[in-house]
Amino acid sequence: MLRILIALCLTIVATTARAEIDIIEVTSEGGINAWVVEEPSIPFVAMEIRFRGGANLDLLGKRGATNLMMGLLEEGSGEMSAQDFQTAREALAASYSFRASDDLVSISAQFLTENKPEALALLRQALVDPTFDQDALDRVRAQVLSAIASDAKDPNTIAGATFDAAAFGDHPYGTAIDGTIESVNALTREDMFDAHRNALARDRLYVSVVGDVTAAQVGPMLDELLGALPAEGAPLPEDVPFGLEGGITVVDYDTPQSVALFGHGGMKRDDEDFFAAFIVNHVLGAGGFESRLMTEVREKRGLTYGIGTALVPKFHAEMMIGRVASSNETIAEAIEVTRNEWRRMAEEGMTAEELEFAKTYLTGEYPLRFDGNSEIAKIMVGMQMIDLPPSYVTDRNDFIDAVTLEDINRVAAELLRPEDLHFVVVGKPEGLTSTN
Amino acid sequence: MTRLLAALAIMTSAFAAQAEEVTTYTLDNGMEVVVIEDNRAPVVVHMVWYKVGSADEPVGASGVAHYLEHLLFKGTDILAPGEFSETVAANGGSDNAFTSYDYTAYFQRVASDRLELMMQMESNRMNNLQISAGDIETERQVVLEERNQRTENNPNALANEQFRAAQFQNHRYGVPIIGWKHEMEELSLQDALDFYDLYYSPNNAILVVAGDVDPEEVLALARTYYGVIPAEPHLPERVRPEEPPQRAERRITYVDPRVSQPYLIRSYLAPERDPGAQEEAAALVYLAELLGGSSFTSDLGRALQFDAQTAVYTNASYSGSALDDTTFSFAIVPADGVTLSEAEAAMDQVIADFMTAEIDPARMESIRTQLRASEIYALDDVSGLARRYGAALTQGLTVEDVQAWPDILQAVTVEDIKSVAEKVFNRDQAVTGWVVASQEEAR
Repeated sequence: MLRILIALCLTIVATTARAEIDIIEVTSEGGINAWVVEEPSIPFVAMEIRFRGGANLDLLGKRGATNLMMGLLEEGSGEMSAQDFQTAREALAASYSFRASDDLVSISAQFLTENKPEALALLRQALVDPTFDQDALDRVRAQVLSAIASDAKDPNTIAGATFDAAAFGDHPYGTAIDGTIESVNALTREDMFDAHRNALARDRLYVSVVGDVTAAQVGPMLDELLGALPAEGAPLPEDVPFGLEGGITVVDYDTPQSVALFGHGGMKRDDEDFFAAFIVNHVLGAGGFESRLMTEVREKRGLTYGIGTALVPKFHAEMMIGRVASSNETIAEAIEVTRNEWRRMAEEGMTAEELEFAKTYLTGEYPLRFDGNSEIAKIMVGMQMIDLPPSYVTDRNDFIDAVTLEDINRVAAELLRPEDLHFVVVGKPEGLTSTN
Repeated sequence: MTRLLAALAIMTSAFAAQAEEVTTYTLDNGMEVVVIEDNRAPVVVHMVWYKVGSADEPVGASGVAHYLEHLLFKGTDILAPGEFSETVAANGGSDNAFTSYDYTAYFQRVASDRLELMMQMESNRMNNLQISAGDIETERQVVLEERNQRTENNPNALANEQFRAAQFQNHRYGVPIIGWKHEMEELSLQDALDFYDLYYSPNNAILVVAGDVDPEEVLALARTYYGVIPAEPHLPERVRPEEPPQRAERRITYVDPRVSQPYLIRSYLAPERDPGAQEEAAALVYLAELLGGSSFTSDLGRALQFDAQTAVYTNASYSGSALDDTTFSFAIVPADGVTLSEAEAAMDQVIADFMTAEIDPARMESIRTQLRASEIYALDDVSGLARRYGAALTQGLTVEDVQAWPDILQAVTVEDIKSVAEKVFNRDQAVTGWVVASQEEAR
């Protein structure tokens, strides 16, 4: 029996737009939860599946296993070789993507109404019955090794790897999910089966389905698709403190423009001050052309093409980070201006006008996000992963509007710590040296 | 008065279950209007496309089209520098712009009830730009940093720049959109304003509005805001220097220590989609899919990645979206221990085999199905549909051509593909590029 728990017609209200969306919460007979939006106007279905854990679950000495395993799901399953599988998928005009990231693995699927049963059966085979053939393993391993070689010469990736290693050390966040040349070369078929069993389990599963499908169809569909996966996966990792102190690390690399990645510790997504921090970040560096950092570093001084910041609440650590790129001759000035803006926001906060302006943008922009089956499916699965209820879509703008200037200025002073900012700079920056 | 060309919802394809609802008009001053209705979300995308891009720039002023695009955010007679984007943001929307070889386009994405304000501002900056000397200097630094970020810091982008310069020796497709660095450094306010005064006019522009709107209301607004701008009487006919016949193969080797692993590119001059004549372009879409669309099922993928471990990556690509002749290209990243010569020979063998072998009907059917499905998936992204029309109309195609394209793709036969392959795969009209970290790898 299919049990439909809640069917909500949610209206997102902003001063500029109202968007209506009917989210139906479904629990299948087999106990799989999903959020569904019925949208029959285009004859296709978009589905998003997430499993918490991701590459964090790599076993000791097996770095890169989860990433390689996800890359192999489309490379042979059931009775089909990689080429058989892709031939069948192409004939159905279905698209599947299988990706690993540090906190989760994700599966995105799109398929036509007319091919629904066949497209789901093929996806089921990839998810529950992968073969991890040795020749496929070797072929995809070569592709991963090629990506690792590219990363080793990419200034942005070098900056990211240096920053993560210094901030998170031995925790999985401290190393790239691709693994190293040594670890990837050592991975075996058995490691793939282990990684699959550990990562794709029903105790950490989140699903959303949007499109030409009814809520009543979704329960049985998901039991068939995912019911054969193990009930429990591997334990999730511990939380890790952000371990990088203020300073500068220069990584010498012969390229004309230096790239800088910078940051310090951040704030948890469920912190009661999160919305205040979210607005602080928006005004400082995430609000595109209107942010203070874009104004000061790009518009007034022409030091960069782009600078941006982000509040990053991962599942096991929090940080507030940013990126900027500027010529080797000017990166030092770009960094100085950035640090000054960080300090100005921490010490003086923002004005009532800036807060009002940010609120208008953030509340007005929110309903515009729900503009397509694929977009809605991605938003809904993301909400589930951080424990938000469907009603969040209607309440979210109220949370933004409820933030006061006092909240903002108190949170800015706590969140932004200019002396704690660590800049990793890759290039040949003039006038900058590593601090320790 | 506005001349009503067509105002009806058109079923674009006999195969597709449905199609986008498109309404078109032409204003009296020559500005074309395209409205795409999608009422699923209260959102509208408002775009103005100018039929001018980097390939229309005067010699010696490369980068001016893109530089001008940046300067359009720097103020008009009634908008202060930055006020345009600030107003869009204050209304919960976002805005940006982009420049290509054939077009320059400006867009905003906002709640649909803010459309009028967007038109008011966008129509104002079509004719009333006012820029200070200080903004000129600062913004030139910004575009130079953009070039640093996109190109100077990226060996693959530098290689690609050299490659296009070798492919197009007379046509401006051989000059980078962002400009050559030494010319960008010399761009003046006058360069930008000359370009602006001539090309930014309603008879050189297309308005595309897509989303939760009523076409009649959009037309009324378009008349009010864009319809009153006078046409540019001196707008030149869009004639560009043509590429002379290429009679000899060209080869380049680009060496940069930042290259992580050697790879090769081969490209051939190829026809683009032409108004009323898109059949060759449609056949080339299939040719790219058959030869290198999927690493699992294409000829190159099967031969170089499955039957033998010659490559870690293979690809064939073709885009018919261009005003003038375009390219059909291949890219191969050899497997560890395989030289570029060996990989190139393997690639050429696949091309030669393709020319003599029969095309598998099952592969044809599969590509046909995927192209048909892609039209259905495309309906989920109304911004993408807006870009499709804007790009096509600036590249010499008509609305009818855009709507005929899915059916033309469905009608491609194996004979069409073989015949266009015979025509395009001529080594005298090809450029082959090797990209390596050191001379030793170029073997």
